[in-house]
Amino acid sequence: MSLSLSFTGHHDPQPLPLTLHSALFTLHSLSSVLALLVCAAIVLVLVLVLVARYYGDAEAKKYTSNTRNQQIQADMTYRALELLNLPPGQPAFLLDIGCGSGLSGEILDEEGYLWAGVDVAPSMLEVALEREVEGDLFLQDIGQGFGFRPGSFDGAISISVIQWLLNAETSHPTSSPPHRLQRFFTTLHSSLRSPSRAVLQFYPSSDEQVQMIAGVARKAGFGGGVVVDYPNSRRARKVFLCLFVGGGGGGGSGSGQGGGKGEEELPKGLEGEEEESARVRFERRRERERAKAKGGKRKAVKDRDWILKKKEEDEDEDEDERGRGRGRW
Amino acid sequence: MVRLITHNLLACHAKDCNTNNFPLEFKDVQLEIREADFNPDFLKGFMPKIEWKALVDTARQLGDTSLPLEQPEMLDDEFLKNLHHVLLEIHVEEGSMTCPNCKHVYPISNGIPNMLLAEHEIG
Ligand SMILES: C[S@@+](CC[C@H](N)C(=O)[O-])C[C@H]1O[C@@H](n2cnc3c(N)ncnc32)[C@H](O)[C@@H]1O
Ligand SMILES: [Zn+2]
Repeated sequence: MSLSLSFTGHHDPQPLPLTLHSALFTLHSLSSVLALLVCAAIVLVLVLVLVARYYGDAEAKKYTSNTRNQQIQADMTYRALELLNLPPGQPAFLLDIGCGSGLSGEILDEEGYLWAGVDVAPSMLEVALEREVEGDLFLQDIGQGFGFRPGSFDGAISISVIQWLLNAETSHPTSSPPHRLQRFFTTLHSSLRSPSRAVLQFYPSSDEQVQMIAGVARKAGFGGGVVVDYPNSRRARKVFLCLFVGGGGGGGSGSGQGGGKGEEELPKGLEGEEEESARVRFERRRERERAKAKGGKRKAVKDRDWILKKKEEDEDEDEDERGRGRGRW
Repeated sequence: MVRLITHNLLACHAKDCNTNNFPLEFKDVQLEIREADFNPDFLKGFMPKIEWKALVDTARQLGDTSLPLEQPEMLDDEFLKNLHHVLLEIHVEEGSMTCPNCKHVYPISNGIPNMLLAEHEIG
C-alpha cells in the first residue's frame, strides 16, 4: 500500500546545488561564498523542517480520511483479531504497535477491548487524539524496545508497521535493522502474558525479509510463524506474523487444535480470490462462540446493548457509499 | 491520555536500567477526569497484573485516597468502583515521569508521554 511509504519524511534537497552553482560564479571573495553557504544551509534546514512538518501533518490527515484506506486497515485489524484468537467473552488489555492515527485502535474500541498504542510519528498521534480513540497513547520508537512490565498485555496487534524496522536510521550500531528488530521482539515477548499471541501484518519486499524477521522473532522466544492470506492474489495477498508466547493457547475455537498445554497449531491462511469481509467473518465467529458459551455468565466487555446500538447506527450510515461507516469519520 | 492503568505497567527502558526502575514518578502534573464505562469483569481480570503498592502510592500522590493499602480479598462493588476510577478515569495530561533509578525524565504533553531515548540510552 503506497500510502504507508510517506512517513519517513525524506525529502531530497533538489534546489541547493543550483543555488550554490550560481553563487560560485557570481561571488569572488571566499568569505562571502562561505557566508552564503552558511545562509543557504540554514535556509535549507528551515525549509526541510517546515516541509517535513507540513507534510507529516497533511499526510497523517490524508492517510486517515481516505475511505479506501480506512477499509483496508479495518479489514486487516479484524483479521488480526481473528488470528489473535482471544478467549471469547473475556475482557482483554491489548497493545497496538504503530497505532498511528487510530484506524486499527478504533476497531479495538468497537469490539470492546481496552488498549494502549505506541507510535513514533507525533502527527499521527495528534490525529488519533482528535479522533478521540480510547486507548492510552505513547510516543515511542519500537526499534528502541518497550519498558512494559512482564505479562502486561493479553495480546498485541500491529497493522502495516514493522517493515519500517528494516531501514537503518543512522550509522550508530543501535540503529542497525538486526539490532532494532531484536530489541523490539525481545521486549515485546516479555511484555506479553503467557499464553498469548502477537499478530503483526506487514509489507515485506521479499521472502528473505520475511524469513529474516521471523528468525529474529523465534530467537526472541516466540513460537508460531507466518500466515499468508490469498497468496496467489496480487491485490489481496497479506502477510501476517502470528507469534505465540507460551504455546499461544487462546480460548477460542476456530483455529488450532492444540488446546491444553502444547503449542497451538499455526492458523491457515485464507485461500482463493474471494475476499469475504474480515469484519463479517470475525463477528460471525464471535457470535458462534458467544452462543456456545451462553449461560448468562459471560458478558461482553462493553455493555452488549451499547455495541448493538452502535452497530445499528453504523448500519444506518452504511447506506451512504462509505462502506464501513463508523460514525466518527 | 496516560492513565494509571498503563502507568502501573510501565518501567524505565533506558539502557542498563533494570532495577528499581518502577514506578516512574509523576511531576508537575495536570489532571483531567473523564468518565469511562464501568466493567467489573475487566477489573477482576486485570487485578493480578497490578503492582498494588505502586498503584496506591501513585493514586495518593495524585490526590486520590480511595484505595486501601492492602489489596482486599472481597471485591465488593464500592471497591471496584474506586478501582475503576483510579485506573481508567484519571488522565494525566501534562507533566513528566521520572525514573527512580537513572532519573531519566519522560515528558508528557497533550496526554502523550514521550518515551523516545537518546542514542546512548538505547539498550
Ligand atoms: C501505515 S501506518 C499504520 C497505522 C495504523 N496501525 C493503522 O492501521 O492505520 C504505519 C505507522 O507505523 C508507524 N511507525 C513506523 N516506524 C515506527 C517505529 N519505529 N516505531 C513506532 N511506530 C512506527 C508510523 O508512524 C505510522 O503511523
Ligand atoms: Zn531508568
